[in-house]
Amino acid sequence: MGAMHDVLVIGAGHAGCEAAASAARRGARVGLLTFRPEDVGQMSCNPSIGGVGKGHLVRELDVFDGLMARAADSSAIHRRMLNRSKGPAVWGPRVQADRKLYRRAVAGLLRQSGVEVIAAEALALVVREGRIVGLETSDGALACRAVVVATGTFLDARMFIGEEVAQGGRSGEQGSVALASQVREIGLGRGRLKTGTPPRLDGRTIDWSVLEGQPSDTDHWTMSALDCGVEQPQLACALTRTTARTHDIIGANLHRSPLFAGAIEGRGPRYCPSIEDKVKRFSDRDSHQIFLEPEGLDDALVYPNGISTSLPASVQNDFVHSIPGLERSVIVRPGYAVEYEYVESRRLKGTLEANDLPGLFFAGQISGTTGYEEAAAQGLVAGLNAAASALDLDEVRFDRRTSYIGVMIDDLTLQGVTEPYRMMTARAEFRLSLRADNATSRLGEHALRSNCVGARRRRHIEQRLLDRLAPDWAESEEGRADALYAPYVERQAREWAIVRSDSEARIPATLDFATVPGLSNEMVERLDAARPETLDQASRIAGVTPAAVSALFIVTSRRAAA
Amino acid sequence: MARDTIFALSSGRPPAAVAVIRVSGPAAFDCSTLVAGGLPEQRTAALREIREAEGGKLLDRAIILRFDSPATATGENIVEFQCHGGRAIVDIVLSALGSLPAFRPAEPGEFTRRAFENGRIDLTEAEGLADLIEAETEAQRRAALVLAEGGLRRQIALWQQRLMDLSAAAERAIDYDEDDEALDPALSSGCAALAAELGEWLARPRVEPLRDGVRIVVAGPPNSGKSSLVNAIAGEDRAIVTSLPGTTRDQIDVPLSIGGMAVVLTDTAGLRQTTDVVEAIGVARARALVDAAEILLWLGDPDGAPDHPNLILIHARADVRGPAPSGAIPVSAKTGDGIAQLLEQMTALASPLLGDGGAIALNRRQARHIAEAQCALADAGLASDILLVAENLRSARMAFDLLTGRAGVEDVLDSLFGRFCLGK
Repeated sequence: MGAMHDVLVIGAGHAGCEAAASAARRGARVGLLTFRPEDVGQMSCNPSIGGVGKGHLVRELDVFDGLMARAADSSAIHRRMLNRSKGPAVWGPRVQADRKLYRRAVAGLLRQSGVEVIAAEALALVVREGRIVGLETSDGALACRAVVVATGTFLDARMFIGEEVAQGGRSGEQGSVALASQVREIGLGRGRLKTGTPPRLDGRTIDWSVLEGQPSDTDHWTMSALDCGVEQPQLACALTRTTARTHDIIGANLHRSPLFAGAIEGRGPRYCPSIEDKVKRFSDRDSHQIFLEPEGLDDALVYPNGISTSLPASVQNDFVHSIPGLERSVIVRPGYAVEYEYVESRRLKGTLEANDLPGLFFAGQISGTTGYEEAAAQGLVAGLNAAASALDLDEVRFDRRTSYIGVMIDDLTLQGVTEPYRMMTARAEFRLSLRADNATSRLGEHALRSNCVGARRRRHIEQRLLDRLAPDWAESEEGRADALYAPYVERQAREWAIVRSDSEARIPATLDFATVPGLSNEMVERLDAARPETLDQASRIAGVTPAAVSALFIVTSRRAAA
Repeated sequence: MARDTIFALSSGRPPAAVAVIRVSGPAAFDCSTLVAGGLPEQRTAALREIREAEGGKLLDRAIILRFDSPATATGENIVEFQCHGGRAIVDIVLSALGSLPAFRPAEPGEFTRRAFENGRIDLTEAEGLADLIEAETEAQRRAALVLAEGGLRRQIALWQQRLMDLSAAAERAIDYDEDDEALDPALSSGCAALAAELGEWLARPRVEPLRDGVRIVVAGPPNSGKSSLVNAIAGEDRAIVTSLPGTTRDQIDVPLSIGGMAVVLTDTAGLRQTTDVVEAIGVARARALVDAAEILLWLGDPDGAPDHPNLILIHARADVRGPAPSGAIPVSAKTGDGIAQLLEQMTALASPLLGDGGAIALNRRQARHIAEAQCALADAGLASDILLVAENLRSARMAFDLLTGRAGVEDVLDSLFGRFCLGK
């Protein structure tokens, strides 16, 4: 085998780049495999980073010195704090990034981290004595102690534009067939999901003068707690809406969409549907909003957020022209749907390591999530823990009571996924304390203990923790938000204490659910799939009934007494 | 780990004409070795000989019923023996069952507990079942039956659905509001309307007076004839009566049924200053009982009567004392005069405390959680920050989880299943 790496990461998207960089920050020798090194840090979908819930993830990732917030700041061409009229706990920082500048920023940060980018295709995992020991690649075998699979949609992906079907997740990228079948053999194959993109427009052919503009925020805020000092020129985005004619055109061509013609079996997200889905399911609505996002300073491409579609290109052309401001716009690339296979995240631990194969980690879209931010945050968790596995360091786990990252990991590993998982604040029951503005306060100590931050970050965290003790902290913006929600947070703590007194009861790892009296086969199946570690986790598994939790409680308390 | 098969006498204490012995568990059908000719088809009854073992000594001739899991009372296989209800017969059949492998006598409440664990009933139904078994009056029986049949469960499901819809609207406004719009007034009014509805339920009578009996406390100065009155109403000598003041030193509870309603009539120590340590404790206890009374019978001077919403003034010993002051009922324990009028008035005051029994009455545990939900919903209706609307809705959902037993498992189960007697 070739030179020894501690950690090899397959795929250089948002999950892969964060995984590689965070493993390196913990001191691991890391190799990052990608088909095309020039695509490292590519934003394959829309050019925006953050938002409600997603912005929280980026801020948390930033506390651990992740790349995304800093790359977004240095390439931001539009900033908007969403939900500003609502309480501060759900403010959502979001930026539009210049695609090229973003990629360049990520590549630069990766270089600084000492990650070795390897242009090769991963062919197969090398397993010895039940543990990962290396990777077969198109460039020969590479030895390693841990592997992070962050290949996005690589598992048997198909692209749909109307009746046309093509193999592959993004054009020019072949799927790793051998690796895919190996993942299935380990028993991690789960099912198929779909995602879609809108047609890309030439901004020079849009009539901006008739559209409602949305300027960048005037107050200066940054994604990262460490201001990079770079300020790009700010562009305006614009809003438009579909019309009755748009809906007529789409309605008349629904049968030509692979979604409804039955060609796509995978499930798409209910909350981010394609435009044909919206027209069909919300027939009472006569208009849907479209957000026109510029893709870059020296790039005329515009991303019309809100009309992802897999209708035939000619239909896309017709319906786009029925939208105010887009009457004469030119479609540069038609929208398409991608259907792909994903892995069973319930077979992963809270570290994102596979239950049944030590040293194998998964992160990003392959685990059933959607969105850059979700992918990057998983990359952090997998990278920190792949380094732990390779170098025998402490695991780094996230708790759903103190972070959105913890909410996501807990949901993925416990509930699993049946539609692409997207972060929403509604998923976080401790939402009032999990604000985007207090990420450093919440996770600073955790980040320091994890030994994965640079000197500048360390100083910043230490300073923040000191500031919190100062008498004038209550006057700070963060201090005021703390006080605003304090009574509610205390009530939650009380409620939680009631539940916890039972729910902390641990379920033995060796417990065979089939032997628990009173559990139906369906309950046994659900519990087996999720393997909850505590009664609390069991009670949160979708479809597990109170009666089943009681039955488990009785068994665990009997065991504890015995 | 196969679960034990349990058995117990499920009918009342022998001797009786018939005794019902119930067997439940995975091996329940193994008791066929005791039944000559084997068990009947499921859900049919058959007359069989019960023998110690195949071809062994005849124990009894009984009706045997067989129910196959999972559609049974406990969710497990069940066999029921309807034996002759003699003490010796019941004993010998029970010990024959106990000799079978993996069979053991049931713990108190264990049949119901298994039904709950196997998902055959939910917590509110189990509570209703416990009440039903203990029901002694017609009103108790009707109220318990509504619970046991899932009446409250269905109502809770409706509330939870409305709560879910409100929560979904709040969450949508937080996570999917590109325009960052103002709080929707329909959401606030929806929360307030649900809070008001829960408030109406909370204003209804509780189940406890119905289940445990309305607490009627007899109080007054020493030697005013309280114990004589209690004995006269009860129709037997339950309290010691002497002419010495301070004879009754501790409370005496007399459960009675008046006009089909369960009441507990409580005799108390006479209220006075005393240097006797034991009597002083009794007096303090009497004052506490007066406070906790649902109906108070006062035998003292009307002007000295404690403030109480359901007060009945009694002019005791009417046969030897002068005419009654206005508002007081003249009663003579000796002649029985006035007792009928007193009972009538007690019934009139007790009746509204009990409701009609056909509607769903909440017990204190249920009322506590519904009150928490109501309080959170009222706050949600008033909050101007959508986030606090959502947070209060979450808190209300949590209260409902506790109500149905989804959370706080240990508490609820233990307090509930501790109430059952053996074999239910």
